[in-house]
Amino acid sequence: MATQANDEGRDSALLSFAGRAGGVAVTVLLTFLGLLLATFLIGRVVPIDPVLAVVGDRATQSTYDQAYKALGLDKPLAEQFWIYLQKVVTGDFGTSFMTKRPILEDIARTFPATLELATAGILIGTILGIPVGVWAAVRQGKLFDQVVRVLGLVGYSAPIFWLALVGLLVFYARLGWVAGPGRIDISYEYVITRQTGLMLLDTAMQGEWEAFRNALSHLILPASLLGYFSLAYISRMTRSFMLNELGQEYIITARVKGVPEWRIIWVHALRNAAVPLVTVVALSYATLLEGSVLTETVFAWPGLGLYLTNSLQSADMNAVLGSTIVIGAVFIGLNLLSDLLYGLLDPRIRRRA
Amino acid sequence: MTLSREWLLSDRPASRRQARMGQAYRTWLGFRGNWLAMVGLGVVVLLIGLAIFADVIAPFDPVIPGDLRTERFLPPGTGAHLLGTDDQARDIFSRIVHGSRLTLMVVALVSVIATPIGMLVGTTAGYFGGWTDAILMRITDIFLAFPRLILALAFVSALGPGIENAIIAIAITSWPPYARLARAETLTIRDSDFINAARLQGASSIRILWGHVTPLCLSSVIIRVTLDMAGIILTAAGLGFLGLGAQPPQPEWGAMIASGRQFLLDFWWVATMPGIAIFIVSLGFNLLGDGLRDVLDPKARK
Repeated sequence: MATQANDEGRDSALLSFAGRAGGVAVTVLLTFLGLLLATFLIGRVVPIDPVLAVVGDRATQSTYDQAYKALGLDKPLAEQFWIYLQKVVTGDFGTSFMTKRPILEDIARTFPATLELATAGILIGTILGIPVGVWAAVRQGKLFDQVVRVLGLVGYSAPIFWLALVGLLVFYARLGWVAGPGRIDISYEYVITRQTGLMLLDTAMQGEWEAFRNALSHLILPASLLGYFSLAYISRMTRSFMLNELGQEYIITARVKGVPEWRIIWVHALRNAAVPLVTVVALSYATLLEGSVLTETVFAWPGLGLYLTNSLQSADMNAVLGSTIVIGAVFIGLNLLSDLLYGLLDPRIRRRA
Repeated sequence: MTLSREWLLSDRPASRRQARMGQAYRTWLGFRGNWLAMVGLGVVVLLIGLAIFADVIAPFDPVIPGDLRTERFLPPGTGAHLLGTDDQARDIFSRIVHGSRLTLMVVALVSVIATPIGMLVGTTAGYFGGWTDAILMRITDIFLAFPRLILALAFVSALGPGIENAIIAIAITSWPPYARLARAETLTIRDSDFINAARLQGASSIRILWGHVTPLCLSSVIIRVTLDMAGIILTAAGLGFLGLGAQPPQPEWGAMIASGRQFLLDFWWVATMPGIAIFIVSLGFNLLGDGLRDVLDPKARK
């Protein structure tokens, strides 16, 4: 009897989860369409004449007209957008003027570097940020809490590219603790065959431990920097969620029962605070992917962000819009995934729907 | 009738003006008790002062290069150059002082553009509800899910680099949170008696929205805008750093960091000083926003 009720509960939970997933899917689709519409319109208003870019400025009028037609510019805007949609969905972002390669190939080549950097950053931010936030909530108003608050404020207020420059100046140029810009020293560059594109994984899998240490030394500064920024956000949110939980009645009950304090904090309260925290971590990860644009520029980190800024500088519009779409899609995906996870992890929301 | 403390804090205000001023004074007293918020206010006032009196305060011209043979890369504290000079022998302090005008302009224009858009969308959606609400909020959600910096980058690259386009791009990407906030506030007051009374008197929707709903949403939206100002400054500086915002020789702080970057290892102050300015100003706005929220928004008070 009891198991039956339990099964029913799970069925309806699954059902409502499916409904929620459906709703999220619609939102994802609409948002993605909005993103593509934005990039399409941006591509249309750009002052560079796309025809001239193809035929050159010495072409005759008839060649120009031919290219104009071939590019589909004579068709109505709505139809052009439809063609654009079909192209993007099949992964055709056009060719880069700069590298002369298909944009998708360039993106596939640079994305792993960004992924590695952002992932290292979010790991540092989460592993340090959650305990720091929990402890700040426990010691509310005390010295530790104040220090965390100040560190958080600094993280919110400092321009990331400036902090990156100062970091390079201090830890690389003056102290020599870490390696400088780039992902790995040039001398190792050709030792490593590219497998996953994640430098740490590749070097480890090939047993090149010297190269691994070198790659790690390159990674540590930019990753700590991104980690610091996500730490500022994650610890602040953890603190406020924990304060909220610690004021609940079940905590008093647990105290009255004589549950040890560490268990109340790290097991009872943190477990309840963990649900909204998943959202915070996912959002923070998305922000790091976006924030990598500035960090990668400073560290000459050959990822998608650097590719995007280089393309910006050489007015390589196809490449700019292609990387905007990819970063945007990942950002939107993570954003809405966090929404979905929230519902999956919180039984109250799961049952209500 | 003097403007005394007793008069302001009176329990029985004799006039509407006295009640209003008394309320403002109490808010100010609450704000003054928060010393971090006062520091923030000080920084913002200082920034405004620098921007107004830039010509008087700055000892050198911010754009015209100095003597290129003898005055390049002077370290901080050399002669009259408080923060040193850059690669074109320009006084960094003077450039930072004049750059405060650009920073203030960006913040002011972005809030002036983005706040009304957000308020309009939010109050309209909340007040009318139904399909209007569904469509407007879907659009807002779509904009919210966009990566703001990346979208601003794409906008600026299409419109062409420059501080005006950077302002437009940041404004376009920053209104959605205000719309959500204004909608939430509108929903709580939409069915109040005084709104119904206004409607029964025959007030038009526009009149109700403009005269009754908007003023009540304003304080929470203003707090949110103040909290966002630091972010706006950082985004603008980021665009400037990438060469998409203000163009040289304009003394924009982000662009100054970018141009000082190539000399970082030998002449650290060129890139570092403008960064400190950005940091102090955005810290000031953050502190001010936190303080305003604590005083004006009783719901968020812990």
